[in-house]
Amino acid sequence: MEVMMAAGIGIMAAGAVYLVLRERSFSVVLGLSLLSTAANLFIFSMGRLRPGVSPIVPAGADGYADPLPQALVLTAIVIGFGMTGFIMALAVRLRHETGTDHIDGVEARPEGMPEHDS
Amino acid sequence: MTHVLAVPIVVPALAAALLVILHRAPIRVARAVNIAATGVLFVAALAIFALARSGSPPVYRLGNWPAPFGIVLVADQFSALMLLLTASLALAVLLYAVQGWDARGKLFHPLFLFQLMGLNGAFLTGDLFNLFVFFEILLIASYGLALEGLGAERLRATFHYAAINIAAASIFLIAVSLLYAVTGTLNMAHLAERVANVRAEDVALVRTAGLLLLGVFAVKAALFPLYFWLPAAYSHAAAPVAALFAIMTKVGVYAIIRVTTLIYAGGENAVMELTSPWLLPVALITLILGTLGALGAERLAVMTAYLTIASVGTILTGVAVGGGEALAAALYYMAHSTLVIAVLFLVGDLLGRSRGAMGDQLHPGPQFKQAVPLGLAFLFGGATVAGIPPSSGFVGKLMILQSTMDEMMVVVWIVILVTSVLTLVTCSRAGSIVLWNYTEPDQPAHDRPVRSGEWIALAVLAGCSIGLVVFAAPVTRYTGEIGEQLTTPRVYVNAVLGTAQEEFVRPHAMGKIQ
Repeated sequence: MEVMMAAGIGIMAAGAVYLVLRERSFSVVLGLSLLSTAANLFIFSMGRLRPGVSPIVPAGADGYADPLPQALVLTAIVIGFGMTGFIMALAVRLRHETGTDHIDGVEARPEGMPEHDS
Repeated sequence: MTHVLAVPIVVPALAAALLVILHRAPIRVARAVNIAATGVLFVAALAIFALARSGSPPVYRLGNWPAPFGIVLVADQFSALMLLLTASLALAVLLYAVQGWDARGKLFHPLFLFQLMGLNGAFLTGDLFNLFVFFEILLIASYGLALEGLGAERLRATFHYAAINIAAASIFLIAVSLLYAVTGTLNMAHLAERVANVRAEDVALVRTAGLLLLGVFAVKAALFPLYFWLPAAYSHAAAPVAALFAIMTKVGVYAIIRVTTLIYAGGENAVMELTSPWLLPVALITLILGTLGALGAERLAVMTAYLTIASVGTILTGVAVGGGEALAAALYYMAHSTLVIAVLFLVGDLLGRSRGAMGDQLHPGPQFKQAVPLGLAFLFGGATVAGIPPSSGFVGKLMILQSTMDEMMVVVWIVILVTSVLTLVTCSRAGSIVLWNYTEPDQPAHDRPVRSGEWIALAVLAGCSIGLVVFAAPVTRYTGEIGEQLTTPRVYVNAVLGTAQEEFVRPHAMGKIQ
């Protein structure tokens, strides 16, 4: 389970980095959202992976799941959701104002194209 | 009397919520509420300042939960200084904004207060995850403020600014949870104890977390190579917003100082040794590149934005040199640079407004009225930021130079002195282009006189800066005390956890629940 979890988070983060580095605002927003999800899973797993045990236990129980990372992850999800919503709205507004979804607000010229060509 | 620690967070939160509800009310209601709330903040900051000085750092336990479990607010002298600086800056900036600028955006006042809430919370909290939460509060308010006035350029700059900070937030979360996984706590004082006594096999993880945190705070503080978002975001923001943002990079600096002097203060594993070789070169490169950026700027706002980066480089040079004396010098410089950067942003805005269509571009433009008082204000800002004696910049830089007497002395002295000269060249060039080179000598292009409130706002900021020089002895004694307090983290830890604490067992280390 540890290997699957670690690999899953790693692949998600790698995909997120790829998307964040792209030049279209939509990919960047998706990438940021994926990155925060990967971070949330990471927080969750930092409480140790313990299937089948509950966080609130009677005295004498055989171990328990750490409740604190669960609380942290909840906070992080809420904040991440708000931030994603905000940057999404920002991206839409940028698209309307500049007429392009390039993150610089200017369409990059394809290579080899002369400078005064419109 | 530790309840006063909650005031800088609760009051702006309530006032901001009230203003969101009242956003259709006439602007003078919003102004009155905001000025009242910021005034209360200033008084609270003074009270906390006095309280922090009177003995061991006051601690406020939220919900009265005992220390490592609940969240605590701690006001040691460092936090108190930052609170006071924020409140003073906020009052002056607000005074400037209510002269008519704030009517442009409907939500300026609530966003301003939310920003103050986030700043104050970040300075007060004694919990690492809570620091993350307050960072997000101040950031989302700053996105809104940076967008005030809209326009494609602002949208573009804010999109970049938001994207890099959201990415940094994820890294912050990873670092925090990594620390939690190793130490089982998020309370900074408790972390300091646990990190100092971390098991040998966990040292690598703790170091990783430390460097990740340093990276995140470097984004906020705009350190090389993570400062590229700043010039666009600050120079396109409206002037009062940019002036308020002068304190935002200092939040990153605050977090770097707090984490390196408290959590990573030492212990036998000397985790700190991993971060310290990075800090000095990065700070010096930031200082050099910031100064060169200012020299090459085409607009006054861009110049000031780059000077902000340079000031962060100077402060962190002091931090990186380390030791109580250098920290004290860095803190003095921090207070000075926050005030003077705000002055420069506001003067740049006034100059740009007087020049009409020419704006604050560094090209010869039309002649304008009030060139003499505006020129004197710019002269004050330029001379102070460059560090001409007897300005506060001179005292600050002198203190940093004095505290660097080890083998790094040659490099640090050369970089700081050369960048000071370059800053002087930058400001002289900008001033002579804007104030002495006119294209049409007899035609004032634009006549919107500077209002008296705007002069008062400038005078307040400049007065604080002059006060730093006139009262240099008590101020440096105070920053010296802070430097001493920061180099003895035991004081902070004891204040939060108490001297005779029981050892709490890590949850994961427990085999069976007792």
